[in-house]
Amino acid sequence: MTEVLVKPKDIVVPGELLVKGMDNFPGPGAYRDNEEIYSSRLGVVYIDGRTIKVVPLSGVYIPKTGDTIICKVIDITFSGWRLETNSAYSAMMSLKDATSDYIGRGADLTEYYNLEDHVVCKITNVTSQKLVDVSMREPGLKKLVDGRIVKVNTNKVPRIIGKKGSMVSMIKNATGCRIVVGQNGIVWIQGDVNNEFIAIETIKKIERESHIPGLTNTIKEYLEKQTGKKIEVQNEKA
Amino acid sequence: MKRHDGRQPEDLRKMEAKVGVIKNADGSAYFKIGNTWAYAAVYGPRNLYPKFLQDPGRGILRCSYNMMPFSGAGDRVRPGQSRRSKEISFVTVKSLLPVLDLEEYPNSVVDVFIELPQTEAGSRCAGICAASMALADAGLVMKDLVSAVSVGLNGDQMLVDLDYAEEAYEDGPVADIPVAMINRTNEITLLQMDGEVSKDMLLKGISMAKDACIKIYEVQKKALKAKYGSE
Repeated sequence: MTEVLVKPKDIVVPGELLVKGMDNFPGPGAYRDNEEIYSSRLGVVYIDGRTIKVVPLSGVYIPKTGDTIICKVIDITFSGWRLETNSAYSAMMSLKDATSDYIGRGADLTEYYNLEDHVVCKITNVTSQKLVDVSMREPGLKKLVDGRIVKVNTNKVPRIIGKKGSMVSMIKNATGCRIVVGQNGIVWIQGDVNNEFIAIETIKKIERESHIPGLTNTIKEYLEKQTGKKIEVQNEKA
Repeated sequence: MKRHDGRQPEDLRKMEAKVGVIKNADGSAYFKIGNTWAYAAVYGPRNLYPKFLQDPGRGILRCSYNMMPFSGAGDRVRPGQSRRSKEISFVTVKSLLPVLDLEEYPNSVVDVFIELPQTEAGSRCAGICAASMALADAGLVMKDLVSAVSVGLNGDQMLVDLDYAEEAYEDGPVADIPVAMINRTNEITLLQMDGEVSKDMLLKGISMAKDACIKIYEVQKKALKAKYGSE
């Protein structure tokens, strides 16, 4: 006899009883103790078939393979660059992953990426000891020149990007800024000064209000008020 | 028999808790019980230096317990580490570690800072309650929340959550016993004692502490859920 004691989208705390019985499996953020499943995180419940999982609402970034992140160069070595990833672990970018150019022996690596430069890169590998390798040899991965950096809660990044990038492209169109959102919670914004501020405020607003229903409309109205322009919301089916 | 402030022996002082009170921290909470206020801020997992402190098997937990200069009823508390605060920081780590799973974060550290702006007995327990909420707020993997309360002997009576007047009672035997518990399994993660008590009274005290921890747990749970506007 299995009894599921929570509904999808419920907020649960660590140690809260989710399921009594053996018919469900604990997913990420949940654990089984004998016949019962408990939450191991503060987060939102999702039930996917027979798997029950808890998605965290807070927490710092943990590097994952395949994430596109924004990093700062903190050290230059013989074989590449060490990057700060806004997490507990730094990343390493080797010479051959850094650019498609040929870098000769003894070349000055600061010509490519100097200390304090920000780059968009992709995580290619994370070991069990959290040694992180990143690469920039893919379209869209580049050095970020000018602009400003904003830090946001990593768990809110999917809401800032929106479905198929709908939210971030709405901000881009409204403000005319260039924006890159890294999975590690670092956002790069570049454009006209006033518009940069509008974009930053909008992103902070999304971060604050992401759990309130009707987010897209709130943000659309906010952007229209701030920029004084009419915004066409793209049809999500298109 | 009623206590000097009108409480029954098993009653706690008035509690208040809130999560997300320190914006720059990765997780934070305050826990107030009577006139004892504890604020906890959690940072991390973040990188750990000096490197020899790193543990390649798991992340480590560091706690810092700090009473503010004029937080007590007596003299000014001298700022910085003291023998007392070092000990309390140490037992706080020991009481919180059993619920934390830091194996996902090798070579890193989770820092917990507990600040007490005002205290009136039971400060290490208030600190542990606040820290456990702040750790949950920081999104860490935890088996359960930890709740803590002090029980104590006052003359011939076992009382829950002593205040300063009861702790400083001089006309009979006094014992002060802070207890921290994992609620779900009723496992005890902190048990200290200061004073003199018989075995029977100690067992009675621990069972009273268990009941009191359930009440504290409800307050902690409610505060965590309130941050995201449910219930």
